[in-house]
Amino acid sequence: MSKRARALFLGLFSPMILCLVAGGAIAEEATWNSLNMPEGVTEVSQAAYDIHMIMIWICTVIGVAVFGFMFYVMFAHRKSKGVTPANFHENLTVEILWTIVPALILIVMAVPATTALLKVYDTENPDIDIKVTGYQWKWQYEYIGEGVKFMSELRTPQDEIYGRAPKGEHYLREVTEPLVIPTNKKVRFLITGNDVIHSWWVPDFAVKRDAIPGLFTAAWAKTDQAGIYVGECTELCGKGHAFMPIVVEVKEEAEYDQWLAAKKEEAVIYQSTIGKEWTDAELMAKGESVYAISCAGCHQAKGEGIPGVFPGLVDSSIVTGPVEDHIGILINGVAGSAMQSFADQLSEVDIAAVIHYKRNSWGNEMGDTVQPIDILNYKQTQ
Amino acid sequence: MAHGPSESFFSRWLFSTNHKDIGTLYLWFSFAMFLLGGAFAMVIRAELFQPGMQLIEPEFFNQMTTMHGLVMVFGAIMPAFVGLANWMIPMMIGAPDMALPRMNNLSFWILPFAFAILVATLFMEGGGPNFGWTFYAPLSTTYAPDTVNYFIFGVHIMGASSIMGSINIIATVINMRAPGMTYMKMPLFVWTWVITAFLLVAVMPVLAGAVTMMLMDINFGTSFFDAAGGGDPVLFQHVFWFFGHPEVYIIILPAFGVVSQIIPTFSRKPLFGYSSMVYATASIAFLSFIVWAHHMFTVGMPIAGELYFMYATMLIAVPTGVKVFNWVTTMYKGALTFETPMLFSIAFVILFTFGGFTGMMLSIAAADTQYHDTYFVVAHFHYVMVAGAVFSGTAAVYYWLPKWCGRMYDETMGKVQFWIAFIAFNITFMPQHFLGLAGMPRRYADYGLQFADWNMVSSVGAFMYGGAQLLFLFNVIRTIGWGKPIDDPKVWEGAEGLEWTLPTPAPFHTFSTPPVLK
Repeated sequence: MSKRARALFLGLFSPMILCLVAGGAIAEEATWNSLNMPEGVTEVSQAAYDIHMIMIWICTVIGVAVFGFMFYVMFAHRKSKGVTPANFHENLTVEILWTIVPALILIVMAVPATTALLKVYDTENPDIDIKVTGYQWKWQYEYIGEGVKFMSELRTPQDEIYGRAPKGEHYLREVTEPLVIPTNKKVRFLITGNDVIHSWWVPDFAVKRDAIPGLFTAAWAKTDQAGIYVGECTELCGKGHAFMPIVVEVKEEAEYDQWLAAKKEEAVIYQSTIGKEWTDAELMAKGESVYAISCAGCHQAKGEGIPGVFPGLVDSSIVTGPVEDHIGILINGVAGSAMQSFADQLSEVDIAAVIHYKRNSWGNEMGDTVQPIDILNYKQTQ
Repeated sequence: MAHGPSESFFSRWLFSTNHKDIGTLYLWFSFAMFLLGGAFAMVIRAELFQPGMQLIEPEFFNQMTTMHGLVMVFGAIMPAFVGLANWMIPMMIGAPDMALPRMNNLSFWILPFAFAILVATLFMEGGGPNFGWTFYAPLSTTYAPDTVNYFIFGVHIMGASSIMGSINIIATVINMRAPGMTYMKMPLFVWTWVITAFLLVAVMPVLAGAVTMMLMDINFGTSFFDAAGGGDPVLFQHVFWFFGHPEVYIIILPAFGVVSQIIPTFSRKPLFGYSSMVYATASIAFLSFIVWAHHMFTVGMPIAGELYFMYATMLIAVPTGVKVFNWVTTMYKGALTFETPMLFSIAFVILFTFGGFTGMMLSIAAADTQYHDTYFVVAHFHYVMVAGAVFSGTAAVYYWLPKWCGRMYDETMGKVQFWIAFIAFNITFMPQHFLGLAGMPRRYADYGLQFADWNMVSSVGAFMYGGAQLLFLFNVIRTIGWGKPIDDPKVWEGAEGLEWTLPTPAPFHTFSTPPVLK
């Protein structure tokens, strides 16, 4: 409570302090000119932009007419000019006109609006299908039929977020591994959620579909412009909502094919490491990096947790209990809580390493070793 | 007069069955909630002043956005208009009081408890509600803090209060009009409130149903909103918005009513199209029931559904346009003066219309793919909620305060408040359109460097706007305590209607004998 009370207090008084420093704090790179929707690089984003601009112009014309008339009235018909008020009211012709004319404008607008929407929904006959899964708070991409699947998480360090280090150029726009798609292919995104509802948005593709647990939504993109496109999660999904960006790299077709072949090979090589005996040092090093990305968000950097929200891991009954139970928690999650199943999110190596790390860090001294093969065995007994 | 208010402070305010006292209670309560919700907004804008997390944690940020929305919608705006209804409806239709005075007392006095429960969750283990004021499942069920049960209980109480208040208004208007006060002679404020009351009676039970299903899912093992158990998370959104869309009209219709009273007064000319205003209000209310899924254009509805909701939503522009044209034509060839209530009303017409334009843009489903859940939406609904509902509520207080307390407010201070509020409002919310179009999602505790400049501008505007509200509070207190006494029943030269035939200040009991209408 005291922490919250302090935050509230700070929030109330900080405005004044912040205003004082405002002058010196204007961001280095001016971004005043980003005022409008991007045109983007797909047919759909162009259609969305065009209908957006049509609407802006229609609204501008109506606005100028209505407000212009209003301002004229405010200047011409003021009592201080000695005018006598008229007493007229109700005029059927005028009233019918100002009902019919807007209705006609709407009918005209409905035509391009419908055409544009048909484009958004044209998800048939894709060249490539990619399954996008929203997790708290990261994305998973699976190239359907290719055996390639990986997680994509925020790469910006906590120190930059909390102001302990200067913010990089790509602050909150950088991920561990971007989604890669080829140019000139129709890519269909099949979007779902693992825990709560997320929403997958890439403005330059005009793709925004909710990632709903238990359901699939579909969207598509096809572009001839290679490049890097950044997007965001747009459905409130908990405390990491602002920290799960989307980065899509569009590569020329040949480059994409190379990339995909390399990813497939990586998957094969990985299989061979599962059976290998890992040393304590290897597991600790791997575990530390997995923990920082996948666990520290809730359980905090040193396993201290947040009382009442996320349990701590130091001396916890699970971390210091039998290793099978600990593996079980990571594989199955805890029903009805924010602790999700990591079986599909992390590899066997990652799970083994992070469990090993937790059991041998921050004063936990279990001394036992957890190997990737243990995780595989556990999964097979399920 | 039989008797005046009770001598004892406690029995006067706790046991009051007098529509004026209860109206006063509602208004003070709503203003307190307005300041509280505003304080939450200040926390949000302070954190968003710069990129990075400076003052609070993302977890607490989410509690602030949620509580800001809930407190402003259910605690500030709705009770403010119920307070105005309590004060003005009996005086406008020539009734001695509300039809159900004891229920009136109850419907007010459960509200402070509802909000005490809701706000108390901020200090409990796990924190307050952190799932947005729209509380989408499963974030608000499986993944919610335990305090969600308090939130559900609080929402139930608020709903009960609103339903009782609405039944009271409907009963009053149907049964207690003075002889000769036919429906088509009722002031527009009364009309808009009756229609609002019917909307409330229709949709508050739907909200109650939604939170009850949540309660079941959380505590009793049902799966209404859980696909794994055969339910559907999207069902929650349909149920919520079937309540939520009428809800936003519940907020704005009484505001239309207020402005339709004020603009003729200061134009010294009758409202241009009284009956078309009544019909337009009824059409908007009807349309509000059949457009809910335009809040859900990205959930992957079938295209037929999406097209239907797009067309139906576009239709709302027609009756809303009729209203705006009527207000402007009422001013045309009048003899205008610009006292504080009129300034706020004119700003209402301009800024509400602007919010209507962005609303029309949002109705276009293909473009909404880009706007949805960004700051563009935040800007849109603050143009209609703040410049709409809050500006008209402020106008209403300045308009009727002299009648209520028999003292005149300080006109200069009122005008200064108006100009600060008007400018600060636009500094706050105009840049949010740009932020949204440039790609900043709403409910973000932190953002990329490309959004830094406009966020800073928006925060500075928000602090100014918050300051203007303190001036409002000061002006109202100064008026009640030390304002210049007046006794002209009309107060305003151009005022028309039964309430202006009563003495100023309005006595404790009015129209004990019904007035006679020509």
